[in-house]
Amino acid sequence: MSTAPAIPVRRIPALSGKRPPVSVILTTIILGTALAWSLAPDLFSSYSGTVGLPGNQLKSPSALHWLGTDELGRDLLARIIHGARYSLSGAFVAVAVGLIAGSAIGLVAGAAGGRTDTWLMRLVDVLLSVPTLLLSLAIIMILGFGHVQAALAVGVTAIASFARLMRSEVLTLWRTDYVEAAFGSGATFLKVLVRHVLPNALTSVLALAALQFGAAILQISTLGFLGYGAPPPTPEWGLLIAEGRNYMMIAWWLTLFPGLAVILVVMAANHLGHTLERRKA
Amino acid sequence: MHAQLVSRIGQSILVLWAAFTLSFVLLQALPGDAVLIRFLGGDLGLSPEQIAELRVLYGADAPIWEQYIVSLSGFLTGNFGYSVISGTPVATEILTNLPPTLWLAGLSLAAAALLAITIALTANLTGFAPLKAALENLPSLMISVPVFWLGIVMIQMFSFQLGWVSVINPGPWEQLALPVIAIAVPIAAPLAQILLRNIEAVSRQPFVQVARAKGAAPAHVLVRHILGNALLPSLTIAGLLFGELIAGAVITETVFGLNGIGRLAERSVRFQDTAVLQAIVVISAFAFLLINLAVDLLYPLVDPRLRRDDVKGATA
Amino acid sequence: MTYAAPLRAPETLVPVLHLPPVVLAVENLSVAYGTTRVVDQVSFTIRAGEVVALVGESGSGKTTTAQALIGLLSGNGRVTDGAIRFDGETITAFTERQFQALRGKRIALVPQDPGSSLNPVRTIGSQVAEVFRLHTDHSPDLIRREVLSLFERVGLSQPELRYDQYPHELSGGMKQRVLIAMAIALRPDLIIADEPTSALDVTVQRRILDLIDDLRREYGTALLLVTHDLGVASDRADRVVVLQKGRIQDSGLTRDVLSAPSSPYTRQLLADAPSLAAVPKARPVIASNARTVIEVQGLEQQFRTKDRAAFTAIRDISFSVAAGTTHALVGESGSGKTTTARIVSGLLRPTFGSARIDGVEVTSLAGEALRQFRRKIQLVYQNPFQSLDPRQTVGQIIEEPLLNFSPVPAQERKARVVALAERVHLDSALLSRRPAALSGGQRQRVAIARALILEPSILVLDEAVSALDVTVQARILELLAELQRDLGLTYLFVSHDLAVVRAIADTVSVFQAGQQVEQGKVEDVFSHPSTAYTRQLIAAIPGATLTSRPKQPNA
Repeated sequence: MSTAPAIPVRRIPALSGKRPPVSVILTTIILGTALAWSLAPDLFSSYSGTVGLPGNQLKSPSALHWLGTDELGRDLLARIIHGARYSLSGAFVAVAVGLIAGSAIGLVAGAAGGRTDTWLMRLVDVLLSVPTLLLSLAIIMILGFGHVQAALAVGVTAIASFARLMRSEVLTLWRTDYVEAAFGSGATFLKVLVRHVLPNALTSVLALAALQFGAAILQISTLGFLGYGAPPPTPEWGLLIAEGRNYMMIAWWLTLFPGLAVILVVMAANHLGHTLERRKA
Repeated sequence: MHAQLVSRIGQSILVLWAAFTLSFVLLQALPGDAVLIRFLGGDLGLSPEQIAELRVLYGADAPIWEQYIVSLSGFLTGNFGYSVISGTPVATEILTNLPPTLWLAGLSLAAAALLAITIALTANLTGFAPLKAALENLPSLMISVPVFWLGIVMIQMFSFQLGWVSVINPGPWEQLALPVIAIAVPIAAPLAQILLRNIEAVSRQPFVQVARAKGAAPAHVLVRHILGNALLPSLTIAGLLFGELIAGAVITETVFGLNGIGRLAERSVRFQDTAVLQAIVVISAFAFLLINLAVDLLYPLVDPRLRRDDVKGATA
Repeated sequence: MTYAAPLRAPETLVPVLHLPPVVLAVENLSVAYGTTRVVDQVSFTIRAGEVVALVGESGSGKTTTAQALIGLLSGNGRVTDGAIRFDGETITAFTERQFQALRGKRIALVPQDPGSSLNPVRTIGSQVAEVFRLHTDHSPDLIRREVLSLFERVGLSQPELRYDQYPHELSGGMKQRVLIAMAIALRPDLIIADEPTSALDVTVQRRILDLIDDLRREYGTALLLVTHDLGVASDRADRVVVLQKGRIQDSGLTRDVLSAPSSPYTRQLLADAPSLAAVPKARPVIASNARTVIEVQGLEQQFRTKDRAAFTAIRDISFSVAAGTTHALVGESGSGKTTTARIVSGLLRPTFGSARIDGVEVTSLAGEALRQFRRKIQLVYQNPFQSLDPRQTVGQIIEEPLLNFSPVPAQERKARVVALAERVHLDSALLSRRPAALSGGQRQRVAIARALILEPSILVLDEAVSALDVTVQARILELLAELQRDLGLTYLFVSHDLAVVRAIADTVSVFQAGQQVEQGKVEDVFSHPSTAYTRQLIAAIPGATLTSRPKQPNA
């Protein structure tokens, strides 16, 4: 604490075995619920996500329909529950695309260095230079509208950040004393990569994956809202808001609740990402 | 310094060219024949002869490399081709739609910066712990809000419920108020997060303790010593913010029914108007690279450490 | 050495009757961070014009005590008990505003690390001027003149030029002069100097301490000198307070405490401080027929800087080391000693020159041959917090080099790890822990074990004990001596600390700005230095007052 060489050892309250903080519990509950909804929506709602009940059109929230019903008499809660799988699976695909392609690019660029690095990073610069939404719009234009297409389009936009992160992690780790010590004790390039670089880069990459997961949910809902994602009557959350918009003067619940669902899941994913980030520090 | 600048500009041009090529491959080469997609759609009932004529008119009958050269030289001279929807030159479309979008984006950026700095400063100056905690967590909420949803909810509240903002024939400022807020909220979030994080990191620097040991009050130290150092790194996300502004423009112009580049982009995707989207993509990439170049050149002006003066007589 | 006598403040010789007034009185002070008490019932006083040293290792609470005095405890720290009286007034319960009037004007601080203690984006001049702006209503013009004369007073060349320069344009020593100018600006009653020189090179260190000494004598300012170095305390302080884990171990007149310490801890500190070891430890005699294992000839290393200019880090370095001995490369930062060590270890290829290890030319090795060569020579790094992979267990770290060569059965690997842990006196229960759970000394033992598992004949120790507390450092040096004796190891010992080198090395090369200015046997170099630079380095070793004391009992 007082002499120059002393280096503080940081402890992470969330991980030191004590009772986890409220925010961690909330995050787990929200992400767990969303996951459960997307895996088995019928367990959580007895109403259909796509077929309406006649005579129940545009009912405001009540004991029978907790979040109200839409213009076709469909239960909004049921639609949100059934829609979870579109947000989650889409975000999952998007993050997978970005993570796999991006990390591979970053790893090769960082580890190989030299000309390979220069060219790969210029490629990443090209991806970065086009604003995210425009890039995904351009990809959707050739792939066509649809749920998977939207997810892929969002995934491509995530490649650049994973590539940059992975590269900087590799470069940072490459300069550490323990990597040099490993080379100095006869380790080969591959052994150093597998033993030291990848495990130590993992936490940062997972943190980014969680943050990108949240961002992907937002972007997919945006594409859904614009009508480029899954077609009606799919209860995708962005599309729910777009459809509710037509009734915004008389049925506020149709836009409010799907939006809240998006916000909660995105916040939870971001919080997970930040927690992982802090854990690394 | 000069050599560095030249190489930096050269790299930017290279990236821009690559972005153009990428957009060409994505939007012109891969989809095959945009004209066919558009006119064989059936709703126009054109005869094959008429279509062939149109193809010649739009240059779609030439081999792909020839189209590439034509397209590239067109972009270099400001000729971006014709919109297949309106038939007008893309350049004209973009020029008419640019001013409102620039207004929207500029105001949103200013509002976002103001909001972010307010959050960061208030959180650090308040002695009231719950307010500090709330402000520190506010950005993570703001960043999670879908822009289109925020726009709709605000219309519901301020236009329909409270009647503050007129929906029918609003004035020019009234019309912009809600869209600006809708864009500013998610853009202020990463800015505020970066500021809060940097202020915290800079506060731990020994020079802050030294400033306090001189007898300076915490507010004085925050404004005179910490803020300058904390603001610097936020320049690095200027490019990212630009992307967010474009996305925000696309969404809010659609939600609020405003004219602008965003709405043009949205329409071009809906109606497969590739020439328009390609022009917007390439122009955005150009703007992005310009912004990053400006930031790189600006940095040494605001950060003395990057000024490459010779160190004069540095001995103890 | 002749410099030692006048450093002692005359006040200690003044008859008891004329004691100057007490400036600062600390009474039973306790400070806690949250519920952890880090300062426990500490009491001491400082009189006008007096120098009191607060001595302790990391975690002793000395910096916390200093922070408490000016009301700047970090984070959740707070004074839980006791009182601080400044000039007769109890300041413990002062409000922030009351403290602000005190800080900078009546109590000033000279901080630890000059490198990060100045705002990087504001000019030097404006930062010193700030003291005047905060506490006086001088006109801007007058302030500028005051600052310029202060710059002159603290020995900054070209004051006008400095005024508009930024911190990164100044060297570490110059920055510390600026910080001293800030501290003396308003002629405070008390200056707290918190390890003012530990981040500086030895020769600069001494000049800065001399400057502080001169100024406080001129102004009659009291000085609280916070330091980990008993040698510095001995040279500079009238009285010392020795702290360990927040408690006072010893307190009194410097010569009393250091010549007859009452606590076992202070005795340990004195025994372990390399600078205070009166006689270097006995070294085994080098057999004159010992084989030469390291032979370095005309090494030169050039690096390219960012703007592509060539920069010569070392030139014309030659030395040789006999088997089983310790050769030290000694010099200040930037002298090229680490570059040389890395070339010898085969981690860096020199621009010119040769380095032969056991007859093998390292500089031309590549690929598999280089990899096989690495069994012979291993490097131990300065910072044990950075040289161990945080994700591996201690056992995995020590074992790893074995996996790089011909397969060794798991059973045998484990046995060798356990045996080696024992060899470096590392509790085998720690083998399943990760580095974060270990202390600095334990980590350095792990690093040494990792270096030894391939059974090399040479260890390159790159500032391997510099980041450690004195008592820990002494234990690691003992371990290194023991390993050398038992295993016949040859050491190449890189260090900036001449005191340590004197204590453990057989031969030494002195580096200055990339050149080797002197080399020879340690005894010869230390007793008959042939260059002015070496003499300067030796004179800068703190603690001369203490080692010379027995000969001059009433100095």
